[in-house]
Amino acid sequence: MANTKEVRKQIASIKSTQKITSAMEMVAASKIKKTQNEMQLGRPYSEKIKEVISHIANSSSEYSHPFYEHRETKKACFLVVSSDKGLCGGLNINLFKQVINKSAELKAQGIESNFALIGLKAASFFKSVGGDVVANVQKLGDKPDPDALIGLTKTVLDLHRSGEVDQVYLCGNGFVNTMTQQPKVEQLIPLPAEESDELTSTHWDYLYEPEAQELLEGLMTRYIESLIYHAVIENSACEQAAKMLAMKNATENAGDLIKELELLYNNVRQAAITQELSEIVGGAAAV
Amino acid sequence: MSTIKVSIVSSSEEIFSGEGTMVFATGSLGEIGIAPGHTPLLTGLAPGPVRVQNGDDEKTFFCSGGFIEIQPDIVTFLSDRAERAESMDEAEAIKAQELAEKNMHDKESELDYTKAAAQLAEAAARIKTIQKLRKNK
Repeated sequence: MANTKEVRKQIASIKSTQKITSAMEMVAASKIKKTQNEMQLGRPYSEKIKEVISHIANSSSEYSHPFYEHRETKKACFLVVSSDKGLCGGLNINLFKQVINKSAELKAQGIESNFALIGLKAASFFKSVGGDVVANVQKLGDKPDPDALIGLTKTVLDLHRSGEVDQVYLCGNGFVNTMTQQPKVEQLIPLPAEESDELTSTHWDYLYEPEAQELLEGLMTRYIESLIYHAVIENSACEQAAKMLAMKNATENAGDLIKELELLYNNVRQAAITQELSEIVGGAAAV
Repeated sequence: MSTIKVSIVSSSEEIFSGEGTMVFATGSLGEIGIAPGHTPLLTGLAPGPVRVQNGDDEKTFFCSGGFIEIQPDIVTFLSDRAERAESMDEAEAIKAQELAEKNMHDKESELDYTKAAAQLAEAAARIKTIQKLRKNK
């Protein structure tokens, strides 16, 4: 049977781990508010640009943008948004599983895939799984800067323009509430056709200043950028929520473990006392 | 008096949302005035002040590059960065301008030069907005 000193040591070490996990839980809880706030602030822009884009889609424009074009697909690109840090439960791995499934599904249809990755966790995962990685951004921190994503977005869009990639999927975690995060894989390019609203009934078009092509190109790029940025922000909120939950569980588990060990400690102590007593009694009887 | 719905948003926040009887902005091809019932127009947004008039009330905002979408009853400014003009700091703007000028003079490559020129244009537009606001007061 284990001796009391060993058990005591174990209890002390678990207690210090528990302190760390509960501190991390509190840090994550305070960060959730910040990231959620940021999500809220970014929402008007995403909504407005979406409105504008759907207006454009419904106008009978002289110029049709390649992002709307459905072409025969030979290669798809997955844009995977992950966290930089671990200790957030199954958040990243659930997402990666979905990405891999989707990629396998496409492969069955004869469509190859490559990957553009945001976040350290995605980078290390796809390094171990093996996959054609075309772009990578990491260490965005708690306050992702939209500028940091421009390079990656451009790489992906250029691949699409040059015809090397025909479809682009955006993969990230969706924030449902602090308890639930939903991994999702959404088609980014070609843009899914919007349901027509009242604007379609009449035949109209914008005036463009300067050129339609130039403007739409810029606007579409900005739209895609804003979608990606939003996905990154949302994922960061998910990360904090998942981290809080994971750390809460860890703290609770540590508590259970400590209880069990304390029981063991008392048993061991009692056994030692009983043994000592019986030895003394035995010794006295012998005399 | 008829009004047009105006919204100014930047990628990080919503700057303004409300009604206006007349809106002035700097498009990529020059200054434009937008009245209710404007024909649908899509144009670039150059760095500069955006003025929203509602009757006698006038509000000024600063927008850096972006896009303007105009529908007969809605005008939307999609700005990369927008600020309420009141919150702009002139000293900060002049400092940015000086820095941009300095960058322009010791240009090292073509790329840096275009970047510096863009910075300079933005800083100049910022100062213009502030000064215009001062004059109105």
